[in-house]
Parts: sequence; C-alpha cells; structure tokens
Amino acid sequence: MKATPDTATSGRRPELAVWKFASCDGCQLTLLDCEDELLGIADRLRISYFLEASSAPGPGPYDLSLVEGSITTPQDAERIRHIRAASRRLVTIGACATAGGIQALRNYADVAEYQAVVYARPDYVETLATSTPISAHVPVDFELRGCPIDRGQLVEVITAHLAGRNPDVPAHSVCFECKRRGTVCVTVAHGTPCLGPVTHAGCGALCPAYDRGCYGCFGPSNSVNFPSFVPLLRRDGMATLDVVRVLRTFNTGSPEFDAESRREAER
Amino acid sequence: MTGEAPTAVIGTEGMAELIRVLAARGRTVIGPTVRDGAIVLDELTDGDELPYGRGVELEAGHYRVRPRADGAAFAHSAGPQSWKTYLHPQRERQWNADRGSDGAWVVTEDDTPPPSYAFLGVRPCDLRAIAVQDRVLAGGPHSDNRYRARRERTFLVAVECTEPGATCFCTSMGAGPAVDGGYDLALTEVVDGGGHRFWARAGSDEGASVLAELPHLPADASLATVAHEKVSAAADRMGRTMPEVDLQALMRETLHADRWNDVAARCLTCGNCTMACPTCFCTSAEDVTDLTGDHAERWRRWESCFDLEFSHLPGGPVRASGRSRYRQWATHKLGTWYDQFDSSGCVGCGRCIVWCPVGIDLTEEAHALNAERAAGGPPGEGAA
Repeated sequence: MKATPDTATSGRRPELAVWKFASCDGCQLTLLDCEDELLGIADRLRISYFLEASSAPGPGPYDLSLVEGSITTPQDAERIRHIRAASRRLVTIGACATAGGIQALRNYADVAEYQAVVYARPDYVETLATSTPISAHVPVDFELRGCPIDRGQLVEVITAHLAGRNPDVPAHSVCFECKRRGTVCVTVAHGTPCLGPVTHAGCGALCPAYDRGCYGCFGPSNSVNFPSFVPLLRRDGMATLDVVRVLRTFNTGSPEFDAESRREAER
Repeated sequence: MTGEAPTAVIGTEGMAELIRVLAARGRTVIGPTVRDGAIVLDELTDGDELPYGRGVELEAGHYRVRPRADGAAFAHSAGPQSWKTYLHPQRERQWNADRGSDGAWVVTEDDTPPPSYAFLGVRPCDLRAIAVQDRVLAGGPHSDNRYRARRERTFLVAVECTEPGATCFCTSMGAGPAVDGGYDLALTEVVDGGGHRFWARAGSDEGASVLAELPHLPADASLATVAHEKVSAAADRMGRTMPEVDLQALMRETLHADRWNDVAARCLTCGNCTMACPTCFCTSAEDVTDLTGDHAERWRRWESCFDLEFSHLPGGPVRASGRSRYRQWATHKLGTWYDQFDSSGCVGCGRCIVWCPVGIDLTEEAHALNAERAAGGPPGEGAA
C-alpha cells in the first residue's frame, strides 16, 4: 500500500469505499438510504468506490472500506485480501459480511449436490464449500450487525470514524431496547417465542414493538446462555426443528448460533 | 400541610374529575391503562382509560391481564414499567457543545423545561421506590438537578394496595401495602354493596385543594374502617416473602455460596430485571458527534450491571461471568445499598420476578442463600 497523507493533518477528505461480496445489496443501499445525512457524508468523505452509486471507481487506497457480503468463491477470498491491503480501516456491514449470511446454510449441506440439482452445467460454477464471514479471511476493524444494518448505526460508525472515536454500538441483548422504549415483553406477557434475550441489540427492538418475537437478525449478543434460554422456546411452542430453524437464518454462521443449532439438531 | 388532613369519599365520577382537575392545572397525568396485553403506565386524559374491571395474573416470568367481576380499577400490581420511566427517563441529554468560529468549544447545559407530572395510582411499594431514588439521585452532596426538578413538580396520587400479586413481598421489605406519607393524595379503593368508592385523604396543601374540587359522595363513617381492613388483609396475602433475617448480613456472609453458580446457570444476563426494577438507577454516558465535527452532545442512558460493557475497563470487563453480575445486582440491591444509601434497594414490588424471562425469583434466591448459610456452607468474607 502506498503512503497517503494523514487526513487529520493534511486537510485531505478521507476516501470511502463500499464493497460487495455474496449478499443482496440491502446493507450498502442503507448508505444511499441515509437521505438526511447523505450530503453531509459526501461533504466529509470522498466516495471513491461505490458501484451502486457511481460508475467511476477511484483506484484507492481508501481510508474507510465498508464491506458487504460473505466469501463464497475462491475469487472473493483473493479479492478481500486486496481490499484489506488497500484500506486503512475495514468495517463489515451486515449479517453476510459479519456471520456468513443466510447463504451459510450451505455449510450444513453438500454443495456439489446442490450444484448438480440447480445448474444445467455445474462445471461452469466455481464456488467454495462454505460461506464465511470477512473476519475468517482478513483482520476486521469493526463489525456492524443486522440483516439489514440499522441506518442510524451506519451513520454512527462513519461519524465515529471521522471523529476518531469508537462507535457507540452496544453489544447487549435486545431486551435492553424493549425495556427502554417501553415495549411490553412478548414472552412474559403473551407467551410468544422471542430471541431477544440472546440477540445483539441495534434494531431498536423493532419486532417486539409490533407484537412479534425477535428472530435474531442481529446475531448473538455478547452474553448468551442457551442452555437456560432454549427451554423457554420449547415452553412457548417451538419443537426441536423450529429451534434449529430459527437459529439457522441470517446469522447461522455466527459461532454461538451455529453451535447451539448443531446441539439442537443432534437431539 | 397544616391542621388535620382533609378526607373525603369520591366515586368513579370523582376519579374521572380528578384526572380533569390535574390536567387543568397544567399537569401531564400518568396512570395505569391497558395496552399490548398489559396494564402499563401512560398519559391519561379521561377516567375511562383506567383499567376498570382488569386484574393481573402474575408468576415468575409470567404476566397476564385477567377480567375482574368487581370492576375495580386498581386491583392489580407490578406492571412492566415503573415511575422511573418518567422521573429518571431512559435517555436524557445532558449538554450540547458547539465549536465557535474561533475554534473554541462552547458547552451549554440542556435547559429543556422539566415536565409537570401527576402520577395517578402510585402503589405504596412504588412510593417507597420513588423515595429510594430521591435519596440516590437527589440526596447527598451531588444532586441531579434535572431529576430534582421533575420530582419537585410531581403530584403523587397514591392508591393503597388491596390486591397483592403472587410475586409481591412488600410486607417483607416494610414498603406496603398501606401508605405511610410521601403523597399529595392517598386513595383506597372499595367495591362492595355500598358501591364503587375511594376513600381519599390529602397529604399536602395542593392535595387538599385538589380534593376540594372533586365531587364528593356522602360521608360514610364505616368506609375508612372497611378500607383499613382491606389493606390489612392484603398484608396477609403476599405471594412471596423474604427470609426474616438481616438481609444485609445474609448477602455479606454468602458471597461464596454455591447458590450463585446455580442462579448463574439460569440467568440470561439479558438485563430485564434491572430495567423493570423501580430503584435501579445506573446510567452510562453517550457522547454523540455529528458529521461536521462541530457539534457534540452528551446523553445519559439507562445502563445495567448485567451488561458486559458496564464494568469494561482497560483489559476487559471486571465482571465477566454471569455469576459475578447476578451476585453484584442482588448483593447491591439487598445488602450494600444499606452501606451506600442507608436503606434497602428492594421494595418488594416483584417486578424482577415477573419480568425475568426465565423466572428467576429474588426471594427464592435469598431463601436458598439463607438455607445454605444455615447448613454451614462456604463462609463469606475473607474466604476463597
């Protein structure tokens, strides 16, 4: 990586890059969805590489790289190394980049068999046997959770980067957010199965606010106790297969959800 | 207040008028109402919004609203929130800072005018909880001025408890079910052959003046007696008890009990108990900057000792295990709160029991610790 002047002392606008791997584009579109803040972001950062927004990519290096998607092909595994090498700070955005995404369901299956069933010419497809998070391949400076990510948290990550401080992104349970916003606990008061007690905050407890159980789209919180928690799901009507399925969604590749779903699947 | 406290009998129309009178005095009236399958606290504009004919079925980790044949409005206990939602809000701005044209920062304290609340239906346990938070947040040398301003403007209508829940233990904590001062108006609800009435007493000059504005029912000499009997009977119907020992000493002497491992195996460390608790007061500071870097704000938000980040110091969290975090919460609530604030931090409302998803019961844990101590379990202070 060639030397670039320090943005703090040179007055140079920091360069932002947005990268896509195996994903649905929802997380990077969250950046375009920052309608009120977008001009401010563009004012403070030079958006150098963002194919969803501009067809004139800059060559880099980049001060802040936002990476969406998981690694599913040998080419991806190579490309992320180049991106890391060209990025001062690398932040993954969303469940795919942070935990492997819904496509990590392939980690439990025979990919060659899938290919044979789905594609007329599977020999044209070059793919890895697994879908893995970015952190399995290169060092990551920060991981933003969610499927998709929360717009406010994305702005916080960018703002914190500009200010040279840590982003304020709590890793505790969704229960904190329910209680703070005054949402009545759907498990205690209604008997609704809810992953809130083991799920990472960040969404603002959206689902319980609409009388639904949390389904864990932000992945595990930083302090989970599945042996105590799973019996609650059973009490509220979930069979073993239901428990496996609710853990095997967007964050199935997270170590905690993966280990618990395997334990359940073996029952 | 000078002289003898005025008393009166009001009916359900008087109750509706009470809400109107308080609102007409410029107060935001907060009280119980049914929403989302629970009796929650919310702004009231009419007497119809009170939970007439609704009670609650409580157990550890379990809450259901149930119809009541008697039509009572206050025959329920321990809802999902407490009054700290209003007095000690979950997120509050402390100050703004702006970078001036000369590059210097100008910091201004947030000067949003405090609201003027009237709380309707404060149970005796919650009245005690407000007093506990008064001591924590507005007592001592470092008073929280914003809390104090809200608190001083708040008009408290207490309603004595005649229907304790299965998770209640205020008698064990000396916090109910009768009121013991600290209110502007106190009411006791009686529904019997004589009708649906509230025996009302003023506890302050403003309480007396509000009471004077309400339509009264004819004086009923026996109503006060009936009300007293109902509240006394409630004291004998608590669903839970604390062990009848010095709880401060119990906590001090069982720091290394095996029971902490047992409860830690069940605890989800989700933080619900602390958020539901009417006395838990911990907060953390949140510094917000904008994209320009020329404006910053400091906010304060509820924090919990169950959060790993709560005790995060360089090198990692001080209380990394669930065991250490549950023990910190319980021993502070029941024990070291005395050292810090000269009282228990627990008022026996039972919210931590009800709103714990896995139904961890603080009273059951205290009884188990007491039994382990009596059986000669591992000694406390000084032992490994």
